[in-house]
Order: sequence, then C-alpha cells, then structure tokens
Amino acid sequence: MRLPCPYCGDRDVSEFRYGGDASRQRPAHGAGSAKEWHDYYFVFDNPKGAHTEHWQHVLGCRQWFTLNRDTARNEILGGEE
Amino acid sequence: MAKGYSVFSLLKHALKPDSAWPQAWEKPQPRSSYDVVIIGGGGHGLATAYYLAKNHGITNVAVLERSYIGSGNAGRNTTIIRSNYMIGGNTNFFEFSLKLWEGLSHELNYNCMVSHRGQVVVAVSPVQMDVFARRGNIMRLNGIDAELLDRGETQKLLPYLDYSKEARFPVWGAIHQPRAGTARHDAMVWGYARAASQLGVHIIENCEVTGMVMDGNRVTGVETTRGRINAGKVGIAVAGHSSHVARMAGLKLPVESHILQAFVTEPVKPIVHHVVSWGAELFYLSQSDKGGLVFGGHIDGFNTYTQRGQFFKIRDVMECAVSLMPFMSRMRLLRHWGGIQDMTPDGSPFICRTPVDKLYLNGGWCYQGFKATPASGWTFAHTIAHDAEHDLNRDFTLDRFEKGGELDEFGIGNWTYKQ
Amino acid sequence: MTGFRRLDTGGRIDRGKTITFTYDGSRAFGFAGDTLASALLASGRVLVARSFKYHRPRGFLSAGPEEPNGLFTVGDEPNTPGTLCEIHEGLAAKSQNAWPSPDFDLMAINGLASPIFGAGFYYKTFMGPFRKSWMFYEPFIRKAAGLGIASASADKTRHDVSHGFCDVLVVGSGPAGLAAALTAGRAGLRVVLAELDFELGGSLLSAGSEALEHWRKEAISELEALKNVRLLTRAAVQGLYDGNQVVVQRRPEPGQSAATLEIIRARTIIHAGGATERPLVFQNNDRPGVMLASAVRSYLHRHALVPKSQAVVVTNNDSAYATAFDLAEAGVAVTIAELRAAPSGDLLARAAQLGIAIFPNTGVADVVGDKQLRQVKLGGRHSVTIDCDVLAMSGGWSPNVHLTSHGGIKPKFDESLAAFLPGGFAAGQFGAGALMGTFGLLASVREGEAAGQAALAFLGSKKQVRPVDAPGIREDRAYAISPVWGTAGPKTKAFVDFQNDVTAKDVATAHQEGYLSVEHLKRYTTLGMGTDQGKTSNINALAMMADLRGLSVNETGTTTFRPPYLPLTVGAIAGRSVGHHFRPTRRSPLHDWHAAHGVTFIEAGLWMRAWYYDWAGRTPEEAYVREMELVRKGVGLADVSTLGKIDVQGPDAAEFLNRLYVNGFAKLPVGKARYGVMLNDDGVVLDDGTTSRISDTQFYMTTTTAQAGEVMSWLEYLLQCHWPELKVHVASLTDEWGGMALSGPKSREALQLAFPEADVSHDGLPYMGVKDITFGGTTVRLMRLSFSGELAYEIHCPADFVIALWEHVLKVADPLGIKPYGLEALASLRIEKGHVAGLELDHRNTLDDLGLGKMAAREKPYIGKELRFREKLQAPDRWSLVGLELMEPGKKLRGGSILFAAADEIKGHGRGYITSVTWSTELNKFIALGLYQGGLKHEGEEIVAAFPLKNEQVKLKIVSPHFIDREGARLHA
Repeated sequence: MRLPCPYCGDRDVSEFRYGGDASRQRPAHGAGSAKEWHDYYFVFDNPKGAHTEHWQHVLGCRQWFTLNRDTARNEILGGEE
Repeated sequence: MAKGYSVFSLLKHALKPDSAWPQAWEKPQPRSSYDVVIIGGGGHGLATAYYLAKNHGITNVAVLERSYIGSGNAGRNTTIIRSNYMIGGNTNFFEFSLKLWEGLSHELNYNCMVSHRGQVVVAVSPVQMDVFARRGNIMRLNGIDAELLDRGETQKLLPYLDYSKEARFPVWGAIHQPRAGTARHDAMVWGYARAASQLGVHIIENCEVTGMVMDGNRVTGVETTRGRINAGKVGIAVAGHSSHVARMAGLKLPVESHILQAFVTEPVKPIVHHVVSWGAELFYLSQSDKGGLVFGGHIDGFNTYTQRGQFFKIRDVMECAVSLMPFMSRMRLLRHWGGIQDMTPDGSPFICRTPVDKLYLNGGWCYQGFKATPASGWTFAHTIAHDAEHDLNRDFTLDRFEKGGELDEFGIGNWTYKQ
Repeated sequence: MTGFRRLDTGGRIDRGKTITFTYDGSRAFGFAGDTLASALLASGRVLVARSFKYHRPRGFLSAGPEEPNGLFTVGDEPNTPGTLCEIHEGLAAKSQNAWPSPDFDLMAINGLASPIFGAGFYYKTFMGPFRKSWMFYEPFIRKAAGLGIASASADKTRHDVSHGFCDVLVVGSGPAGLAAALTAGRAGLRVVLAELDFELGGSLLSAGSEALEHWRKEAISELEALKNVRLLTRAAVQGLYDGNQVVVQRRPEPGQSAATLEIIRARTIIHAGGATERPLVFQNNDRPGVMLASAVRSYLHRHALVPKSQAVVVTNNDSAYATAFDLAEAGVAVTIAELRAAPSGDLLARAAQLGIAIFPNTGVADVVGDKQLRQVKLGGRHSVTIDCDVLAMSGGWSPNVHLTSHGGIKPKFDESLAAFLPGGFAAGQFGAGALMGTFGLLASVREGEAAGQAALAFLGSKKQVRPVDAPGIREDRAYAISPVWGTAGPKTKAFVDFQNDVTAKDVATAHQEGYLSVEHLKRYTTLGMGTDQGKTSNINALAMMADLRGLSVNETGTTTFRPPYLPLTVGAIAGRSVGHHFRPTRRSPLHDWHAAHGVTFIEAGLWMRAWYYDWAGRTPEEAYVREMELVRKGVGLADVSTLGKIDVQGPDAAEFLNRLYVNGFAKLPVGKARYGVMLNDDGVVLDDGTTSRISDTQFYMTTTTAQAGEVMSWLEYLLQCHWPELKVHVASLTDEWGGMALSGPKSREALQLAFPEADVSHDGLPYMGVKDITFGGTTVRLMRLSFSGELAYEIHCPADFVIALWEHVLKVADPLGIKPYGLEALASLRIEKGHVAGLELDHRNTLDDLGLGKMAAREKPYIGKELRFREKLQAPDRWSLVGLELMEPGKKLRGGSILFAAADEIKGHGRGYITSVTWSTELNKFIALGLYQGGLKHEGEEIVAAFPLKNEQVKLKIVSPHFIDREGARLHA
C-alpha cells in the first residue's frame, strides 16, 4: 500500500506511523469528564469501510495528516487538509 | 466425552472399505428458536457451545457461522499453546486453558495433536533476563512450569540460533516452559464441532448474522441470511469482526481490527523441536508435524479488514527469522496469509456480559486467541449460563478501562495507538 | 527400460556443451539448455522420487514450475523442482524422502497401510492410552514427514533486494506477453517483462514451429533494442500487494548462488502468465512415465527427448492432439484414448494421416508397471492393454489466476472452458492470452496487443503505435473440452494431489464425513498443501467435490490463492537486513573513543552503549562497583548522548510544556532546568526527563533513551493534530547533540578546570542551573543535574565536538583522578539515589505508584489528568515504589524476585516484585528498588523475596528508595 503524504507525495506505507481514528473528538485541554476521555481514548468506531485516520510520515517529513481509507479494501479515498 | 474414533474403528473401516464414516458434525436446518445462539463458528464459539451443553446441560444451542466453521482466525494462527502469563487476571485463566488442552484429544475423541514440546523465549539483554525471571517466578508460584536458562543451556537446547559475533542482539539466555507447545488448529475446531453436535448442538454453516432483534435493551434473536432466529441469549464470538457485530446491537467497543500475518515454509525433516520466541522483536516459530516451519511476528500496524498483508511487514518477519536462526535463510516460504484480529487497548480480551441484556461478548483476543480457546469456551459458557462472569474471567470485562483495570501483560500501553 | 531417448538433432540444447553434474553422488551428463529433469530423463531415469506419505515411486509429471514429484536437494537447498533447475558444471543433486534410494525405498512399506492411512487418519487415532499419548507418537510421525533435510548451518549467501518502478509490468513472455510488451515498448513507456523461465517465449518454446520461432526471435530482438524495456528471465512474479506493488524473485544464473528480489511499483500490470495443464485422475496415474501431455511436448521440442518407441495419449480436450501429432512426426508409435465421443473432424483426419489409433469414449482403467510404467490398460468403450514408454495425459487447462487473485478478487469458473478465469482486475490491470482462457496463438497475440493498448490508454499515452505483426501460421483452432474430472470413489490409488498422496478416495471420504467446503476438503486431506501448492491438483479435487455435492464448481468456489506463486527462499526476502545488519546500530558520538580506550559495549535497544571500562575490572560485577566508588568519592565522566534531546521553540513553548508535564513549566525561569514527568492520555506515566529553559521562547527537553522516538512523535501529534493554535516548533537533537555526565564530589573542580573562563561556582551555576557558554568556538551547554545523587553536571554540545570536549575534560581533570564510567554504574548509582528508570517506568505504573504523585499540579490541567484518577489507579493497595535492603549478608538479591509479607504463604502473585538490583558501595550490601503493595506504608517491615526459578528466598527490609543523601546535601554542595 502507498499512502499519499500531502507534502511528499505517494510513499510506501512502511514510512508512516499510524495514529488511529481521526474522527474521534479529543476533549479540549483541561476540559472533558473522565467518561469523555475514556470514550475518546479507549473506544473505537472501527468501521468496515470508510475510515478517517491520522498518519505521520515519520520516516519522511514527519508531518501528521488525515486520510480517508476504505478498511475493507485498503483503498485510499482521498486525503483531507 | 465424545466417541466413535479409535484404532479399532479405523481397522474396521480399512477391512470394510465400503462402510461409511458418519458425518463429523450434523448439518441440520436451523430451528426458529434456540435457548442460546452463538454467533461465530470458530474455536471459541464451538467450544462455548460444547461447554454449554456439557457443563451446563444447555443443549438447545445453535452456532451460526457465516462461512465454514474455523474459517476465521481458528484456521489462520500459528498454533502455539502456552501459559506464561504474569498479570493477576491472566495467569490462572491461561493455565486453566493449557490444562484443558492437555486432555482435549481424549475429551473430544478427536486427535488435536497437542504437542507439549516446550516454548523457549530467547532473552537479548541482562535486563530482559530480569523481566523474564519475574514472569517465570510468577509462573512457578502459581504451579506452572518454567525454567530460566543461561546462554549455554539455551545453546544446548537451540543449537541453530545465531551465537556468533555477527548477531545484532546476542543471546543472553531464555525462559522455557516445557509444557507449552503446539496443537493442530483445525482438529480443535472439528473436534469441538463434532463433540458439540453429538450433544445436540446445531452447527449452522453459511448462515450470516445481519442484525440483532431487540426488545428495548434486551436482545431476543438475530436476523440471518437464512431468516430470523429467536434466542433466549446471544453470545458473540467473532473476534476480528467484534465491532461489526456488536454495532448491530448498538455497541461500540474498545477494539480495532488489525491484520496479523503468518507464514509457513516447505516441509523439511525435523530440525526445530520447540516453539521458539524472541525477545528482540515479536517473533515466534515452530515446526509443524508435517515439517513446515510456521512463524509470525507483529501486526502490520494499522486497522484493516482485508486478509492480505503488506510486504514490508513480510520482509520484517523474514529478517527476524534469518537473524535469529541463520539456517532459515535457505528455507523456502511456501505460503503466507493474514487474519483479522481484535486489538484492544491493553492487549487483553473480553469474556463478559455487555450493556445489552442477554447479550454476551467474547472477543478482543489480540495475539492470543488460539491458546485461550478451551478456557475461553469454558468460561464464556459459564458467563452465559449464569449471567455472571466466572472467577477465571472476572477481569475480562468491557468496563475495565473506565475503572483503570487495564490488563497490560507486557507493560507497553495502548496497542492500538502505538506501533 | 521404458522412458525417453534423446534425438540426435533438434531441441533447444547445445550438444557442443556437455555438462557434468552428480545425482545421488554418481556422475551424470547433460547439455547446456537442459534442466535437471530433462538431463535425468535423457539418461534414462524415470523414477526419481518417492511420495510424501506412501513413498510411492514417482517420476516427473511436468516440465515446469508446477512439478509435484521431482524435487531434489540441490547443494544445501531442499525441495528444488528438477524442472526449474538448470544444470551446470559441478551441480550436486540428491533425491529426497527415500531410504536408501528412490529405486529401493524401505519406507515404501507405508503404502501397505494405505487403507487405514487415508484422509483424516491422524485425527481418529494416536489418542490413547494416556492423556498425553501424542507425545509418544509424535516423534515417529514427525520423522516420517517432511521432504528434504534442511541444513542447520548458517547461510552465508548475501542476498540483495532492489526496488524498481515501471509504467507497464508484463507478467509472462508467451505470445500475449510479447505482444503486450511490444505495444507498450513501442510507445516509449518504461516496460518490465518478467518471465519465469530461463528463455523468453512461453508456450512458443514448446511449439516446434519454425514460423512461431521466427516471430518469437523478431519480437525479442526488437524488445532487446528498446532502451525503455527491461527483459527479465528466471523472474518469478511472486506476489501482488496493495498499491500495485509486485514482488519479483530472480533466480540466479546456473552456478550462481544468490537469488535476488526486486520490488516493483508498477503503474499498470498486464497479466499474461498463461495456464497450467491438469492431470487426469485414474488408477495408478502416478506411476513414473505418466506425464502431462504438454510436458511431453515440451521435452520433445526443448530437450529433444522422445518416448523410446511407444506413447499413449489420454485426453478430454483438443490440446493433447498437438503432443500426439508431434510425437508421431518424431517417429513414436502413438495411441490416443479419447474420453469424449469424438474430437473434431480435422483432428481425426490428421491422426489418420499420421497412423495414430484413436479409441473414443475410452479412458485409462489402470497402469501396469511398478517402479515405472510398462503398459496402459484402457477402459470404457475399448478395453485394451497397450505396451508403452510414456503415457501423456491432459485433463484440460487451468489459467494461472494466482497473481490476479492476490488483491482479493476471486476467480470465476467458466463452464465451457472448465476453468477458473480471473474474476476481474483492479484499475490499471489487464489480462491476455491463456490466462484469460484464450488458447489460440493468434488470438493471444491480438489480446496481448489490446492489453498493451489498454495500458497506454490508462496511462494517458497518446502515442500512435505500429500494430504487432501476426505470426505466420494458419488460423487458430477452437479449443474444445468435455470436463471429465475423474470420479471420487473407492479407487485408493487414483491420485488427485501427487505430492501429498491425496486420492480420489480421500475426496470421497471428506465428503462422506461432512468436510464439504473446499477449505475443509483442503485442510482435512492436505490437498494442495505441498510445495507445488496444488497447481496441478486443486481444480480436479474441487470439481470432484462439487460433483459429489451436486453443485456447480462456481458454487463451491476455490480455495484462496496466496503468495508466493512459487516457494521463495526466506533469505531472498530478508536481503541484507540480517545478522549484524538486522536493525540499525546507533552509536554515540563517543563510540570510537570508548572502543579505543578499553570498553565493553552492550546493546540497549538500537544503541550500543559503553557498559563498563577495562580500567575498572574484567567483569561487569567487578567493574561497576569500582566505577561507582569513583563517582561517590572522586569524579567520573559518563556518556549520556543517547538521551532523547528535543529543542522546543516558539512563543507558546512554555504553555506547551505546561500542558505536557504534570508539574508546572510555565514559570520556569530562564537558565533553570526542571525534572518533569509526562503522562499518556490514559493517566499512566509515559516518560520523564529534565527540561531547561534556554530563553523565553526556547526550551531544551531531555527524554529517556528508550522513549525518545515515542515522545518526539507524541509532541508532533499534539502540535499538528490537536493544538495547531500553539506557536511551537519541535526538533529532535538526539543525533545532532551529544552529552556527558560529570559526577562526583570533585566534579565542580573538574568543571572549573575544563572551563576556566566560566563561572561554575555554587552561585554561578546553582543546582538545576543551566548556562550556555562558548568553548573552542562552539556552544556548550552546562547543566547542573544529577542522576547519581552526587554533585554533578551534564555537559552537552554538538555531536561533532563531543569527542574533543570529552578528551579535554579527561585531560584537564586527570590530576583529580577522573575516569570514565559506564552504563552499569550509571544504572546502579541511580538505584542508590532512588531515581526511577526503564524498569520502573513501564506502562503499568502511575505517578503515585512511583512516589511522584506530589509532583502533579493541583490546579493546572495536564495531559492524563482526567483518567489518572480512575478508581483502580487510585486503590490504596496498589503496588508502589519502595527501597529494599538485603538482610542476609552473603546471599544474592535478584531482579525479578517476587515479594511477600513475612507471614505470607509463598504462592500466587505476591505483593510486588523487584525491579532493579545493585550492590551498594555506600551501604555495603545488596539493595533494590521494587514495587510493593501499599508501598512505604510498610517502611521498616521485614519481607521475603522469592526467586523460585532458582529455589531461593531471602529476607529484605523495606526502606526509603533514597538510600543515600536523603536530604540532598551532596546535590546542593
């Protein structure tokens, strides 16, 4: 699989670090109850299909970005800003 | 105990070539209603059905399998059994499982080829020796066999490792569990299916669950590709796809689905006589009875439901193989495949009730579903029958993260985020 | 003797080049262009192997990569198919799985037990008499299983892996592949043509036609002349992975040892990998001399081998007639058993012309001959027994859909061709030729050209390309087949899977017992699980099962095709990243100095660290104690370059750090350092370290060596994904900067000697003070920090200056008796001081567990604050940090010991464990850090440490983890 780094272009997935579901809403710093932090940190939608996720081009430009990918087919559905 | 197979029955059939063997498990039409419906005809689901019938006398049970039984991770793993766990909630559960493995072929009257050939985990630093010692000490204190080996003893046991100066991570020693080993995964699946079937359990293959039938917060049945089936209780045992099925009941889980790859080489004459694991990287290898070297490593590292792995990870695992065991370089990789496993934030499973009444969850198995199968079935059956967790699975609950009760066996934190 | 003879002319061998090799130790000969298979056949050897289970005599079934029988140990590599192995001078081939030899194999006794030994045999027995009886049987079964013998010695071959890119990858160089490559090549695209064989041409090589050979040569010479085209022979396209990543294995040239791997990212792929012929299933169809019809034709045209005098051809389709006709033209007496009612008229006419007898509606009832075929008994409409040297069979063709299915697209069964075809292609992939079920040569050329055009269109190439000339042959004949799969039934010696000895009866048994799914069939019988992965057997068996179930083959489906296409050496995939190069080795900038001055290194993660120095002793036990004494009483210098070092800059840098650390950083004054702890979102400790404020907007963070990468990524994640409003940049300086710790009561004196210009007095550089100075034209950062508990400093500077600075300090402070000290002493000194490190900072422990709870700010928010207070993380009986002293002099204290209260029964999980142990030079006894239930509430209690792995138990006392200088007088000296 190749991932489109918005800064470097298509690169092999081995250059990236997966950062998990990007649609999860991180409570604002200093806000949020323990339950909200629990739901954010421990619980996943884990869809079979379109998934918005964070990746870091860790062995490249080191930028984090958001990507849409179909988890049922490993197809990139187009990046996001 | 199931019955029918023995050397005598084999001889009888050999002498009378036209006499038919019975079907290993019946192929019934689904009834409209069962006391318990288990979703998922893998090892865990079938074992659960067997123990529901055998331990709890609940025989009006259906196991619903989307494809053929054993089509998921039951038939995709590297067949290792062991009980080298040290966290309170884990140790006794996995040791109980290993004990069930020890008697499983007899219990099921099906040869699961349970081979107690021993597992050796190779340590690559003095610090790791201490970490392994802690694990081994806990094992011994709980009546589980464990031996600490120094470098020389390790070399005697595993002469084919890299003991040269070339080794990137030198061998310092190892921890050895002689009772650990391997078992034939398909045989376990078929054995449980056959034994459950003999007790009256219905095993329905090619029957996919497409929805849950709910009455308020209570589950009352399932919709399937073969029609609605009512159920007094429903158990989910579909690890890899737990989120997908739980969502049908409106549940979100602490689970992400990841691919773990596995590999087998061409068969050769016996050369590796143990299960060998490594402390430098997650890597494990054993030789099957047929002669192939079966091995694996880490998950690929991102969520996916495709059962095909990424090549960079394949290279990674081959590098491990050759670096730990230089002879592996000449072996030929015959086949590689992938299984989708539930990864949980602490690396430990769920065998528990759920927020939905009469709905039970067995999943989140991460790397360790196969070895756990017998105890998993046993305790899940208990949990379903009594609507309460058994002492052995009391910590495998869904709400443990809310309470700070993570069962982090390796002390490495949230798997699903960290690669 | 039956079998083959070599013709004096013809074939693709070079009779001028005789090659000598050995087979089972005796000398054998062949010509250049021979494979091990053709050379052995030419020398009259038909029986070359024994089967896996029953040790039945076996010969070559095929002439290609699908070979299930003829496997050899070549050099050190077991299980090499003779059909793929080119002979070369000095080649040493050994037969396998037979003792003493394939001709006379004592293990053949297994065959007698075959009525018991069928599918599922192992599952039904070997269970008694005891619970663990399998442990008795298993060694015997393991010994009998396995094919070749693997050498346990290390493989010294160096394998290379390369990466390639192309516009069009063409898989296969038959008529379709050549036409596709010509089309794409003429358009100027970067083309890679990968061919498994050692010669280009695919089926053209076995056609025996001058016109086709002419076309092949023209095509190849044009392709060779194109600079944008790479032609790869001996190149197996092993797997297709996500993102059009194709893995190609290149076998070495004969006599060369290392296979290489090329990982190609192809913008488009044209699949033209052809098809594989299927055997027919009949009694004793595995006798040596029974071969695939296409293989017999291939041996004829490529290796000039013909059956000695008589051949029988049995077929259910038209393609085998080509073999029959070519054999007859070469002077062999040929008889055809035709399973169908009749072939088409032109075939009948041609057969009559050549004097070939055809028996319609007739198949093979049995094969006579023990170690090799002597006679064939025909059955069906005609029952005759015919003497013959070779029996050529054809059960139809199976397109090689493997690669097309690797991406998850399942093949579809075509009833009229009785074959699985690709179920479709991902965008940018195309198929042509026999792979698509197109068995005519002219049609294949046209399809290959069309696929080439489709690739051009996909890539947006507007180039007009000259059409590919058609080969000068007459029109293709239509391919007709009537699928006869063989019947699953009582025949115990009608083989479906040759390598794994799966018979028609086994398929029937699986069905009878309810192993109906194709996957159950495979797993229960071991069908298709051999080194050939069922290339010749799977479809026959699946079709037989479909028949038994009354379903179509499409309904029952096929088992999954998994990479690799052919067995691929593990070493070829691993390439050079093995042994010493398995993982990168990280070296401190001082590494070479250490090495030159007598040190023992130790691996710590990826780092090589100075463990202990020769000056202090010969063993770590001896050395670290001396090094500790040096630091406690004088002054020592340690390399701490491996610490994570992160430059944090920007107007919001203070706010950022204030959010990260549990303790406050907002008000840290410039020129001061502070020890900080950060948590994960879950409230568990992530890392600790000292962070200094260099200016209002610049901080210098240090992390633990182990977590440096993790922390860096975490900071970037927070800044980029969640807090983009913070004006902060982070940059890793871990490799760019190095550092040393100058520790001991004489360290200030040493520092002053080293930097005479700088004010390093107690007031000039107070405890936790930081200052940048310029020394030798370089920025040097002085920090008064202590890990050892003594008066101590860290000196950091750019990496290329570290050695000079280190040598300078050692030189000027020499009168003070300064010496270097290593990792073991570093780690031991900190235990005496009660500093937590790696073994305490595992992800199970909270701030409170480590006795650091009081550090956390009450008011300000910090990461992990919300989840830190979860119920079980706050339980009063949690295990928390304690110091431990050994109460029994002369005994040893060990890391990993389990702790119990004095009155406890020694079993279960205990009340804690020992994390780190050291000999204390100050206290003159073993001390340790550990975690204990209730922690320091039990200070002063005597407890027990159990180490059952060595049957040891010792008495300990719980003490403060700060074994030395609890008041900090030394630190503040």
